Amino acid sequence: MTVPGGGDYKDFLMPGMFVMTTAFGFINTATLVVHDSTKGVIDRFRSMPMASSAVVAGRGMTDLLVACAELGILMLTAPAMGWRPDGGWGFLAAFGLLLWLRFALIWLGVWLGLLVPNPEAAGGLFAVAFPLTMISSIFVAPQLMPDWLGWVAAWNPISSTAAPARDLFGTPVGGGDSWVEQHALLMAGVWPLVLTAVFLPLAVRRFQRLSR
Amino acid sequence: MNDYDAGCDDGCAVHAEGLEKRYGEKRALDGFDLTVRTGTVHGLLGPNGAGRTTAVRILSTLVRLDGGRATVAGLDVARSAREVRARIGLTGQYAAVDEVLTGRQSLEMFGRLFHLGGGRARARAAELLEQFDLTGAADKGVGDYSGGMRRRLDLAASMILAPAVLFLDEPTTGLDPRSRGEVWDSVRALVAGGTTVLLTTQYLEEADRLASRITVTDQGRSIADDTPDGLKNLAGGDRIEVVVAERSDIPRVVKVVARVADGEPESDDSELRVHGSVTDRVAALTDVARTLQDEGVRVEDIGLRRPSLDDVFLRLTGHRTEKEETAV
Repeated sequence: MTVPGGGDYKDFLMPGMFVMTTAFGFINTATLVVHDSTKGVIDRFRSMPMASSAVVAGRGMTDLLVACAELGILMLTAPAMGWRPDGGWGFLAAFGLLLWLRFALIWLGVWLGLLVPNPEAAGGLFAVAFPLTMISSIFVAPQLMPDWLGWVAAWNPISSTAAPARDLFGTPVGGGDSWVEQHALLMAGVWPLVLTAVFLPLAVRRFQRLSR
Repeated sequence: MNDYDAGCDDGCAVHAEGLEKRYGEKRALDGFDLTVRTGTVHGLLGPNGAGRTTAVRILSTLVRLDGGRATVAGLDVARSAREVRARIGLTGQYAAVDEVLTGRQSLEMFGRLFHLGGGRARARAAELLEQFDLTGAADKGVGDYSGGMRRRLDLAASMILAPAVLFLDEPTTGLDPRSRGEVWDSVRALVAGGTTVLLTTQYLEEADRLASRITVTDQGRSIADDTPDGLKNLAGGDRIEVVVAERSDIPRVVKVVARVADGEPESDDSELRVHGSVTDRVAALTDVARTLQDEGVRVEDIGLRRPSLDDVFLRLTGHRTEKEETAV
């Protein structure tokens, strides 16, 4: 496997896998939200004397804890396949970037969970999520793709988390020349902010619509 | 309908006047009235789409109303939603209990959500498990519970704070008869303890067994408000039905049934069926069966039929429930 800059593909792939696991998390959120709303759990909470924001906050905190556990398991398994992170404290920073992305995806998940009619439909989100994660720098470096596809892959938000994660784990690989790739760490911070800015209001509005 | 005219004195737990709720073009509630007296079980009966569930969702503060006025436990649902929530319990059509937890853990979790301290939540959970006859299964996962046990756990979760008013939205839909009976027993016990229950159901039998008063809804309005007996009389009471083997026997059977029936019996030649309305059901059945046997009439089937929700409906509205209309 060719990696730009001549690194080991495992060093390229493993952080990418962590990002993909994190990215798929929005499907977990959506599935659990749609389950709770179709089974009357959300209605029960809403009929109780408690803040309705607590319903969503509880969901978000649980999802972050689950993401920590998932990533922890992956990171314990990856060394068995020959992945040797060498970034010292950068390890924690990389973990933080992953959770920051996961945090942003909670709102996408809540919004979708309140939008789709049943848990089966939430499962169907995988059909959309797979191509979206494929066209990124998770498996293949964008500069090895056809130009137009490489451009899309480079601008995929999860690519911006994958690149600095590789650096912070101490297993860097060469990045592309595009602006977004040159500013990957900045974009790893900005993209989740953008996602939150878009999907948090959408999720809140959808939640309020339950009262209509 | 006198209750409405009397308005709401302090003897009523739920009072709704002229509730309106629109979803796009559809009027889910269109001038809906309801009065539920404190300490009673009040049945809300009607077909799917009649507005039952919308009414319950408005009264339990889940949905905002577009017009009209409603109070629950003396508090306005629109203006004092939070205060209303502290005084109500809601059990929906699905058992909203977590399958991963045990029954005890579920109730303790809800106790904590209602801001009981750890010790009080544990004590309340134990009390409720006892009250709803779930102590034996308390430490089993809810995933292993039967349908009836789940509904009872769901009821118990609604009762953590011993609410003044409990909304039960189709509490036994999809349950087998035994589980249904268990849920009914639990509801009776709650009412004996002073809770007011608003029960929505599609089953006349359920309303009949539990409710002291029933409101029938159709197309977003209350179209009748009466005791169970009063409603059944509206539907023409019980009927005796005889199915014969030979068409030529029909006139003789009509004569026999006429002796016990109120009014003229009806007959259906194509189905070889004779039926009539009766008051003393058992005496009528034995009389007709014995007489037909004495006269040597070959009877394929004989039985008593209680009026169904559809019968009440047909009588009150002149149309069948939606389900039947689409089925035909």
